[in-house]
Amino acid sequence: MKALTFAVRNSKEILREPLNLALGIGFPVVVLLLLSMIQANIPVELFAIDNLIPGIAVFGLAFISTFSGMLIATDRGTSFLMRLFTTPLTASDYIMGYTLPLLPMAVLQIVISYIAAFFLGLAINLNVLVSIVVLIPAAIMFIGFGLLAGSIFNEKMVGNICGAVLTNLTAWLSGAWFDLDLVGGWFEGVAYLLPFAHAVDASRAAISGDYASILPHLWWVIGYAIVIMIIAIIVFRKKMSSDQ
Amino acid sequence: MIAIETTKLTKKFQTKTAVNSLNLSIKQGELFALLGVNGAGKTTTIKMLTCLISPTSGDAALHGHSIISNPHGVKEKINVSPQETAVARNLSVKENLELIARIYGFDKKATAIKVKEMMTTFSLTEVSKDKAKTLSGGMQRRLSIAMALITDPKILFLDEPTQGLDVISRRELWTVIEKLKGKITIILTTHYMEEAEALSDRIGIMSAGKLKATGTVSELMRKSNTKTLEEAFVSLATKEEVEY
Repeated sequence: MKALTFAVRNSKEILREPLNLALGIGFPVVVLLLLSMIQANIPVELFAIDNLIPGIAVFGLAFISTFSGMLIATDRGTSFLMRLFTTPLTASDYIMGYTLPLLPMAVLQIVISYIAAFFLGLAINLNVLVSIVVLIPAAIMFIGFGLLAGSIFNEKMVGNICGAVLTNLTAWLSGAWFDLDLVGGWFEGVAYLLPFAHAVDASRAAISGDYASILPHLWWVIGYAIVIMIIAIIVFRKKMSSDQ
Repeated sequence: MIAIETTKLTKKFQTKTAVNSLNLSIKQGELFALLGVNGAGKTTTIKMLTCLISPTSGDAALHGHSIISNPHGVKEKINVSPQETAVARNLSVKENLELIARIYGFDKKATAIKVKEMMTTFSLTEVSKDKAKTLSGGMQRRLSIAMALITDPKILFLDEPTQGLDVISRRELWTVIEKLKGKITIILTTHYMEEAEALSDRIGIMSAGKLKATGTVSELMRKSNTKTLEEAFVSLATKEEVEY
């Protein structure tokens, strides 16, 4: 109950920042529209809507990390978190309170991107639903990135790291904007050691109905999500006690 | 009845001793001011008494609950208004108060009653729907103290409550604090002499982690053979031997 109270507060803090809504929901949809316009004029297979939407959805999730990281960093910076540490809230209340509100937001963000994709010609079928579900581990992973960044860095640095570095990493190494096979070599190797391209490929496999190809990619994402979340929780707890 | 009793309370950070063998006794209903320059150990003392950090050695009992063996019991008896204005920025005044009441386990009905009471007491009713970040510095401090009092604490910690406020906001806050005198035990840290003189029943002078002297304003002036609290503070804070 206490965790829920705290989670509701965190939801309000995030949703009441107009920039969050503009970046989190508006920006991925704008990118989707722009790339679809390019596709309409110069047909490129990569920018076909069923190829494009998983990449856009994963790219959009990077903003969820920024929301989560900024909120925690701000709470630390303003001593709000210190005030809460003197209350009967427990460590698990904080972690649940900071992570739970982000999951429905991430799902909502994905769904809005997919709804925009429907208007651009994405077929409405069961595969689309599976494709959305497949992105949930990626959403948890990005929430973990935010928790980790917010626990370590101040507000400005979280903005730089999550807002710039992570979004760029996601954009460049996910295969959302260009075919990683075309670059090949070490670049492709590095990209497939990271989770972003796997998240996109798993979702693309789902949308194309190639269910057998989902799990090999999804395991990478699930693995990263678990590891990042565990590290984030350990660092959060450790960093908070040292901040005090 | 004794509200706070510390026994050789000590906190060391690596090579630095922030608080050195503090022995202090504060009566229930007393307003006790901890006076000292920056780095004297006031905030570290408050952090130990509010269970934010553990002492290196020694102990303290707050209404009979040890900060070491029963921090949960301590947390239920106290509340804190931290040095920085620790409010939830995007929540309204009313929502900030509700948040704290709910975290302490108040049900909806009790929360509504307490929120109304606090908003009346602290003249916050007119701004109840305003977001905390839009309030003036003085109003934010007032909200911060209201958030600390909504849980009916037995002991209230005010860590430099008027730091950075203009003269008028400071005086308004003094009026608020004066109204609380006698009702609950208040520990106030400040480095403003006039604030300690105007508000406190007794003053403790801290310097370099040690409690150099305690007493009423007149007792401190008598001990130091000085005519003002400022002179007494300078004399006692710079004195080598510890005198209680």
